[in-house]
Formats: sequence, structure tokens, C-alpha cells
Amino acid sequence: MKKIRIVLAKPGLDGHDQGAKVVARALMDAGFEVIYTGLRQTPEAIARIALDEDADVIALSSMAGSHLPVCRKLKPLLEQAGLGDKLWIIGGNLPAQDHDALRALGFKGIFPSSSRLEDIVNYIRTNAP
Amino acid sequence: MKPKDLPEKELRPVVNESGIEVKPLYTAADVEASGGSGMIGLPGQYPFARGIHSMMYRKQPWTMRQYTGFGNPADTNKRFHYLIANGQTGLNVAFDLPTQCGMDSDDPQAEGEVGRVGMAVDTLRDFEIAFEGVDLERITVSLTINGAAAILIAMYLAMAEKRGYDLAKLRGTAQNDILKEFVGRGTWVYPVEPSIRLVGDTIEYCAGHAPKYSPVSVCGYHIRESGADPAQEMAYAFCIAKAYADDVIRRGLPVDEFAGRLSFNFNCFGNLFEQVAKFRAGRSLWAKIMKEQYRAAKPGSMWMRMIAGGGGGGLTFEQPELNIVRGAYYALVCALAGTQTMALCCYDEAYTIPSEYAQRISLRTMQLLIEEMGLTDTVDPLGGSYYVETLTNQMRARMEAIMAEVDAQGGIVKLVAEGAIQARVSAQAYRRQRDTDAGKFRKVGVNCYRTEDKTPEMEFHPYREQDARAQIQALERVRAERDAARVQAALARVQADARAGANLMPAIMEATKAYASVGEITGVLVGVFGRYREPVRF
Repeated sequence: MKKIRIVLAKPGLDGHDQGAKVVARALMDAGFEVIYTGLRQTPEAIARIALDEDADVIALSSMAGSHLPVCRKLKPLLEQAGLGDKLWIIGGNLPAQDHDALRALGFKGIFPSSSRLEDIVNYIRTNAP
Repeated sequence: MKPKDLPEKELRPVVNESGIEVKPLYTAADVEASGGSGMIGLPGQYPFARGIHSMMYRKQPWTMRQYTGFGNPADTNKRFHYLIANGQTGLNVAFDLPTQCGMDSDDPQAEGEVGRVGMAVDTLRDFEIAFEGVDLERITVSLTINGAAAILIAMYLAMAEKRGYDLAKLRGTAQNDILKEFVGRGTWVYPVEPSIRLVGDTIEYCAGHAPKYSPVSVCGYHIRESGADPAQEMAYAFCIAKAYADDVIRRGLPVDEFAGRLSFNFNCFGNLFEQVAKFRAGRSLWAKIMKEQYRAAKPGSMWMRMIAGGGGGGLTFEQPELNIVRGAYYALVCALAGTQTMALCCYDEAYTIPSEYAQRISLRTMQLLIEEMGLTDTVDPLGGSYYVETLTNQMRARMEAIMAEVDAQGGIVKLVAEGAIQARVSAQAYRRQRDTDAGKFRKVGVNCYRTEDKTPEMEFHPYREQDARAQIQALERVRAERDAARVQAALARVQADARAGANLMPAIMEATKAYASVGEITGVLVGVFGRYREPVRF
């Protein structure tokens, strides 16, 4: 069976990558293929990498509060790239009051700080296209 | 068998985070077996394990300096005055991410980030507004800036000079520790080598022109946040501090002319005794390194001066009010450990930029230790405890072993440039997270004593798009009003000096005085140095 391919991106200027790297390791250990982008990715770069890497899952990690503007910019770019049917998820410092807006932008899986690694893995396994 | 009858060897073993086994009881024999008291001594005397000053807080309590900054310089200026009015004795400035990454507020990549996690700064005008009405002699200012540090230090000195302060007497600190940015925190700009050169430039320049200013605060803090254990935190920070010192010494500056202005920033979450021992051990190890390896003669060159009190990695999203209690213990640890400055983390930090209310609680927590709990009455109150002294010796030995290992593997600069330190600490962070998820590493409210009660309402720091627009308009006004020819000439000199390998600070000072922007100066330097490319290694 083909491995689930996940592009895990750090959008914007936020440099807090400890969480993203921990999640990347957990996803690799779970048997997924993980492409970690490194820091400071623009929405354009994320969409391009996701397309080039034939991603099944586009995962973002955001710790510094810019998740809504980032996701607003990323949504049309992912759709234009034909990635609208892929699984979009986001983790990090995401206040509960923003979760509906994130879901409305197409980010179905939301994993705020303190989420368990196992829950992230299981969610992807169940929901990846 | 009843628990009270358990022989010692059947007790559950306890190993601290630094890998040291903790015994159920310590006696004088343990202190001797771990190396005796030769590296402990008296406060104010080499090797300074018990404190860098003989009377410590009895003379003057630690400086209280909460990390603050958001929105526009005028917003931040108001919060500065609020904190000073509440008894704060220093300022610790947070900058927004565009500023930290060397971008102007109108940079396309800055969109949505201007003023979000700190104060937006584009030109000297912003510093003039931010520090208006602040007495820079009475209130010492710390700038939490790294990738853009040379520019912001220049801006601060230029602002102080313009207000009539004598740079020869001006105190203050910049974080300016770029090597740890490559390990964690991530606000790098240039590749590793020119980044170190810039740090060296600031140290050399300040030694000559602002000798009381601390141009670098070497941070174990963020390396710890990225997954290092407490002994690694301190060992890696010392390796990094040595890399900066080596750069400056290669320029021919004697160690005693700059080492006294090096300072440190450490984390404090975790086991209370391990933390206190870490700081005591670190102080004596740094003194030993400066004396034996660098042949420093002045006591000040051997002092591990530090700021502590933050411990984001220990705070929890769950039951956030418990973070007030954790913060109080952090403050206790730092006071017991003899810190020079305290910046205590706030209970709402796992959620948002701290509210005024949360910051006041942190400030009052420190004041409470001073006024009610007797933490400033006597120097190094845990000194002489068999446990703490043994652990201090053991922690120092661990740190020395880690530093030797780094040297054997090619040195800290190489290991950071390759991403090896990053991979090491990130693997540890992953193990820690798995242990936390499995309940093996206990976190109250997270994997034990959870509650389904609603968490208290959090006051989220607002983000206002119109403030970002106002900041951009202010920048446009400065650009229109400034002397364009002076700016061009100053930027040309920055470029020439960057190429020639000259100390960049005089040229950057002139550029900031001409109101060249952070993004413009950075752009010129990127043109010469290039940009850092992050090694992604697992």
C-alpha cells in the first residue's frame, strides 16, 4: 500500500519549530512519509511544495498567532493547485475561538497545543484521502 | 511488606532530567565523593558558585524586567510606563517577527505579522517613541533581538545619544545570540559565519564605545525549550559564548576588555534542586573556563551574570491558573540560585501575549518573595545542603563532559551549522512528548489530576489590522521626510564595510541615525552575506 504523504509546513515568520519537529517524528514513526519544509514558508511556497511532493495531507504548525491570515491566503492557492480534495490540518497555538473560522477555511483537523501525538496520527490515518 | 520496611535498594530509582541518580539521603560523605567543596567557595570570590557578589540581594534585589512589547511603539510605551509605575526596575523589549527577521513593516512577508508578537520597529523614530519618558539611567533596557541585533543595538545607542545620555555610562543588554537562533527560536537572517562576525562586531564596538552595555546575552533558555536537558542547556550556552569570545579575541581584543559584559539567559522549569544546582554549577564552571582557558584576570570577566525566570516549556495549556503557582516556584528557584535579573513568565503565556493583569501578578510574585518571604536576606541560602552541594558538583561534571563531547565532535559552530545539535535536542523533545503522552513524565493537569471544569476566561491580546497600517504609514512618512542622500551614503558605507571585513557598527550607527530602516540595512547586508539556509535533519 502506498504510504500517506504529508507536507508539514511552518508558515510565516514564526520560528517555534519544536512542536513541528516533534510531530514530524511521530508521523514518521507511524509509517507516514513526511516532508518537513523548515521555517518561514510563504503560502505560495507551501502550495508549490505540496503539489510537487504529491501530498495527501497538508499540515501547518503555527505558534505565533498568524494562523488565520495564513490560512486565508493558503486556501485559494491550494485550490488552484488542485489540492482541494487533500486533507488540510493545522496544529499549534490556536485559540478555541478561532477553530470555526479555521474549519470554514477548509482546515478540518485542528490540533491545539497539548494535543496528543497519537490523536494526530489516528486522525490522519482515518481521514487522509 | 509494608512500605516503611522497604530496604533502600528496593525504592523506585529517581533520575533527574540531566541523567543524575538522586539518592534518598545525602550526607557530608556524598559532597566529598562528588568532588568536595573546592569548587564552591564563598560568594563574591572565585569560583563564584555561591554568587558573583559577596552581599548579593542584601545590597540590591534582582532587577525585575518583564518581557513586554506589542503593536506600535506608542502602545508599548504605555505598557512600559504601566510596569515602571508598578515597581518594575528594568525593561525587556519584545519585537514583532518582521523586526526580528530584519524586515520592514511593509515587506510582503510581514503581512499579518506587524506588531503581533512584539513591538514593530522600522526606524530610529520608533525607538524615540517607544522610550519616550523612560529614564534610561534608572531603568536598564534589554532588547530581545538576534538576527537584527546589530541594527537595533545601533538604534538604541543612537537614540540614547540623541537624548543626551553618555554612552560611556549607558547600561543595558541585547540578546544578540545568533547561534542559539539556529538551534531554536529561528529568527536568523545571514549564514552562520557572517552572523558570528556581526556578534563579534557588536562586542568589539561596545567594548570601545559603550563599555557598560552588555551586547550579548547568551541563551541556554531556547535550547532547553527545544529539548535540551538542564546540563546540556548550560553546556551548549557556554560553548556558544566561547565561540563569540574566540571571534573577538582573534581580532586582538584582550579578554578582560569585553568578557565582563557577556551575560546569560537561562531557563528554570523542572526539578527545583536540579535547577538551583545547575545555576551554582554553571557559575563556577564559567569562572573556571574564563580563568583557566582564557586567562582572564578581572573577576568581572569570570562572572556568569544572568537573567532567568522564564520557563515556557513547563507551563501548561490545561488549568492555566496553575501556571501562576508554577511561576511562583520559578521565581523561588531563580532567587535561590542568585540571578541578577528576573523576567518571570506569565500564567496566560501558553495562550497569548500576557495581559496587563497577568504581568502584574508576575511582578507581584517577585515583590512578594522580596517583601514577605525573606529571599533577599541572606546569600545562597541553600549553600551547605549536602544534597545541593553534591548535585552542584555532579551537574558541573556533566556540563564539562558535554562540552568536551562538543569539542571532540568538531565544535559548536560546526555542529550547529550542520544541524546536529538541532537534531539531538529535537529527538529528546520527541521522547519527552511521548513520555508525557504515556504519563511517564508527569505534568499536573495534563496527564494526571485532569479536570473537565471549564478553564477560566482568558483575555486574548487583540490584533488590530489598523495598527499595522498605521505603522506602515509612519514608515512612509519617515522615508519621505529623511535626507535621502544621507541614507544612500550611509547604506553604501554599510555595504563597503561588509565587503571589506571592517567592524560594521560605525556604519550601521550612521545608517540608523540617518533613519535608514531595519529592512534597508538588512537588505544591504544580505546582498553581501547571503541568507541562511536551514539544514533539516532528523
